[in-house]
Amino acid sequence: MMRALAIAFVAVALTGCASSRAAAGAAAPTDDAAIVHVLSRLAFGPRPGDVERVKAIGLSAWIERQLDPARIDDHAAMQTISVLPTLTMTTAQLQREYPRPDPRQKSADPQMAPRELFQPAPEKRPIRIVAELQAARIMLAVESERQLQEVMVDFWFNHFNVHAAKGEVKWYLTSYERDVIRPHALGKFGDLLRGTATHPAMLFYLDNWLSARPDFTVPVGPNRGKRAGLNENYARELMELHTLGVDGGYTQKDVTEVARAFTGWTIDRPRDDARFVFRPLTHDRGEKTVLGTRLPTGGGREDGERVLDLLLRHPSTATFIATKLVRRFVADEPPPALVERVAATFRRTEGDVKAMLRTILASPEFWAPEARGAKIKKPFEYVASAVRAVDGHVADPRAGFLLVRSAAEMGEGLYGAPPPTGYPDRAEAWVNAGALLARMNFALALTQGRLPGVTLDLSPLAVDRAAPDAALERLLAALLHGTASAQTRAVLVAQLASPEIRRQTPDDRGPANTDVEKLAALVIGSPEFQRR
Amino acid sequence: MLTRRALLKGSACALAAVAAPPRFLARAALAADGRRKVLVAVFQRGAVDGLSMVVPYGDRDYAGARASIAIRPPRAGDAGAATDLDGFFGLHPALTPLQPLWQSRALAVVHACGSPDTTRSHFDAQDYMESGTPGVKSTPDGWLARAATTLPAARSPFRAVALGPTLPRVLRGDAGAISLTSLERFDVRGAAEAAVARKGFESLYEQGVQDLLHGTGRETFEAVRMLKSANASRLSPANNAEYPRSRLGESLRQIAQLIRADVGLEIAFTDADGWDTHVGQGAEQGQLANRLRDFAASLAAFSQDLGDRMADVVVLTMSEFGRTVAENGNRGTDHGHATAMLLLGGGVRGGKVYGRWPGLARERLYEGRDLAVTTDFRALFSEVAGRQLGIAKPATLFPGWSGGSAVGVLS
Repeated sequence: MMRALAIAFVAVALTGCASSRAAAGAAAPTDDAAIVHVLSRLAFGPRPGDVERVKAIGLSAWIERQLDPARIDDHAAMQTISVLPTLTMTTAQLQREYPRPDPRQKSADPQMAPRELFQPAPEKRPIRIVAELQAARIMLAVESERQLQEVMVDFWFNHFNVHAAKGEVKWYLTSYERDVIRPHALGKFGDLLRGTATHPAMLFYLDNWLSARPDFTVPVGPNRGKRAGLNENYARELMELHTLGVDGGYTQKDVTEVARAFTGWTIDRPRDDARFVFRPLTHDRGEKTVLGTRLPTGGGREDGERVLDLLLRHPSTATFIATKLVRRFVADEPPPALVERVAATFRRTEGDVKAMLRTILASPEFWAPEARGAKIKKPFEYVASAVRAVDGHVADPRAGFLLVRSAAEMGEGLYGAPPPTGYPDRAEAWVNAGALLARMNFALALTQGRLPGVTLDLSPLAVDRAAPDAALERLLAALLHGTASAQTRAVLVAQLASPEIRRQTPDDRGPANTDVEKLAALVIGSPEFQRR
Repeated sequence: MLTRRALLKGSACALAAVAAPPRFLARAALAADGRRKVLVAVFQRGAVDGLSMVVPYGDRDYAGARASIAIRPPRAGDAGAATDLDGFFGLHPALTPLQPLWQSRALAVVHACGSPDTTRSHFDAQDYMESGTPGVKSTPDGWLARAATTLPAARSPFRAVALGPTLPRVLRGDAGAISLTSLERFDVRGAAEAAVARKGFESLYEQGVQDLLHGTGRETFEAVRMLKSANASRLSPANNAEYPRSRLGESLRQIAQLIRADVGLEIAFTDADGWDTHVGQGAEQGQLANRLRDFAASLAAFSQDLGDRMADVVVLTMSEFGRTVAENGNRGTDHGHATAMLLLGGGVRGGKVYGRWPGLARERLYEGRDLAVTTDFRALFSEVAGRQLGIAKPATLFPGWSGGSAVGVLS
C-alpha cells in the first residue's frame, strides 16, 4: 500500500516536472563517464570493476536499488562490523558497561583515542563507544553495498550534528545514529526532525534537557529548592540550522517563544537509562506566538510538536534542506532553479528524501558537464574513496580507526565537530596547505602498506610492471577514469623516467620493474583525485 | 572553481614588477632593526562572556543580573576574586597570568566591542567578523587576507599563517595564506620514498589549471621548502616559557617558533573554542574559568617566550559576540551582543580599558537583554591593521564602512 502510494507520488512528481528530464533512467546519459559521476556522488567512489557491474544491471536500475537499501544484500559489510559489541547496545547497557572513568583521567578526546583501543583486552572506557562508531562508519563507507544509505547517514548526521566530546553525548551517540539517523536517512525529513528533537543526544548537546519555565524551582528530590529557567540554545539552532536557515524569517522573539514551547522536553535518568520524557512540571503553559501562530494557554508536550509541524511546513525549511542537498550532490554553489524544484518536491512530499533525490537525479543540472568533478571530496569522502579505488578492504576495526584518524588529520574528525553547524560542504573549507599534505601523506601510507589491516589489491594494476607506459595508462584508467588532465599525465610520464619509479637494473639492460605503488600514491594524491 | 586569488598567483611576478610598493609603506611595516612586525589574531569561537572575562564589578547592575555566576569584586586578601584593573573593571581570577602584563602596560582591553549587526547566530557572526563586512555574506575574502595582500614587503609563503586544520574565513582570499596544525609534520613524510614523492606531488600541483587546488598546492610546497631550511620546529620555547598542552598553547608555541625563525611571518591566526557556556558557566571556578585559565596561560607563555621580540608583536583577541547580561535558567548565559577584546604586545598602550561603557541598567541594554556595542569591531581592527601592519588606509579593508573614530589603543 505504502509502496503503491510512493510510486504514485513519484509518477505525479515526474509528470509535474515537464522542464526537467523525464526520469533518471530515461533520458539521462548512461555512458561510462556518467556511471563514474553517479558512483562519485551517490557512493564513496568506484571500486575496480564497479563501472562494469553498474553497466551490467543498468544505471537507472542501480540507482533504484540504492534508493531502496533494505533490498540490497549487505551481509558481508555487516559481518565486518559485527565484531564491534557496542553498536547494538542500548544506551542503558552502554552506560552500565562503559562507565564514567575515574575523574582524575581527563575526559577523552574522540580524535585522540590510542591504538590500544582495539587490543584484545576490551577497553571499557566510554571512549571505546565513540571509537567503535568511528570505525564502523568508515568500514561501512568502504565496504557496504548500500552506498547511498551511507552517504545519507553522513549527510544527515552532519545536518543534525552533535559533538561526542560534550558531556553525556558519547553514551547517547550509538542510539542517536542507529535509531534516528540511519532508519530515516532515505525516509521523511519530519521523522529525522522529530527523532532528533526527542533524542537524549540532541537534548543534551543543545541543552534543552535543562530548559524549564522561567523561575521554576525544583520541588522535591536532591535538587530541591534549586531554580531553573529558560535556555534558548536548542530553539535557536533548531530554526537556524535544522529547519528554516539563518535567513529563514524568524526573530529573537521567536527564539524565546520556541524555547518556551520546548520546556519540559528533557531526559529521564540521564546517567543510567537515558530516554526522552516530557515533564509537565517544568513546562511553560502560558500562551506563545511562534512565527505568527498562536499556541494557546494550557498546552503541554503538544506545544513543541506544533512548533516542529510549523517548521516542517514553513517554505524556508523546504528551501534550506533543498539547498543543502543540492550542494552535496551537485555543486558548492547550488543552481537556484534546481533548488527551487527540489524545494517544491519537499513541499509536495512532506520532505521525502528519496523524492528529493529523484528530483536531483532527474535534473539536467546533475548531469551537466560542469557538475562533473565539481566537488572537492571532504576528508572522509577522500579516505573512503581512496581505499575503494585500490580495491581496499578494512580487515579489522583498528584499521578502520587508522583511517578515521587520517581523515581527522585532514580536518574532519568523525563525531568531532564542536559547533552545531557540523562540517562545511564547500571546497574552501578543505583545501589548504596542511590538509593537502595530509592527503598526500595518506596516499603514500595507503599504497606503501603503512596502514596495518587496510588490505589492498594492486596486482591487477601491476600486470604491466615491465612496461612503464602501459602500467601508467592502466593506473590512470583505474583510478581517474579518464579525468586525468594533460598536465597530470605529462608529469606522471616524466616520473616514469626516474630510476626510483622505473627500478631498472643498473646496466639498463633488464626489464623495467615499475614501482606501481608509488605511482598509485601520486595519482591518489593528485588534484584530480581530490574531486568527485 | 576559478578564483581571483588563483589568477593573481599565476601572474604574481608580473604584478610585482608593475606595482612595486612605495618605500614609505615598506618602512612603516618594518620594525626599527629591520624585523617585521607581526599581528597575531586569536578567535575565541563560541562567544566568550566578556562580562566574566573583564568584570565590570563597579557597575551597580552587574552582580544582581547574575545571581550564581557573577565574579566576586576585588578585595584585599581575597585571591579568588577578580583582580582590580582600574577601580571599575577587574580581571577574572583565572586570567591572573596576564596581570603582570597589565602592570607593565603591555595589555589593554577594549570593552563593549562588537558588531553592528544584530545576529545572534554563531556562524553568521563569526562570518561577519572574519569577512569584516557585518550583514554582508557575499564578501569573497577575509579582512586579514585583504590586509596581507596590502602589505608591501617581499612575499614569503609564511607571510600569513593560520594554525589549525582548516584555513579560516578571515584568511581566505588572494593572500596565499597557509594553514597547518604542526610544523614538525608539515612535509611529505615516509622514510625511503619521501624525496621522490615530494618531487612528484610538487610537479603535479605545479602546472595545470589555475584553480584553488593547484594554487594551494604550489603555496604548500614553497612553504615546505622554506620551513625545511629555517628549521623552525627545532626552536624550543625561550625564557623558561611553559605553554599549556592545549590546542591554543600548541598553536601559540608554534607561532612563536615561526616568529623566531624569521620566515617572514606578518599575520598569524589561531582559534580556541569552548566559550558557548549555556549551562553551568561557573563563576570564579568552573567551566568558563577553566577555559580562561588555558587562554591566559597560553598568552602569557607566548609573551614570555618571545621576550624582547614582543616589541614587534601585537596579539588581538576577538569573539563573535558576547552573552546575555542576565544568567539564564541553567546558571549559564545565552547569546548576547557586545563582548571584550584584548590587546597584548609592543605598541599597545596598555594598562587601560578602552571603549565607552554603556552600562548594565536594563534600559541601557541592547534589545533589553545584552551589553550594547559602543566600539564597532571594525574601528578596532582597522586601527590594529593601520598601526601594527603599516597599512595606509586601513578602513578600506572593511568594504562599505567609512571609518570611525580612533580607539587609541595602539601607539
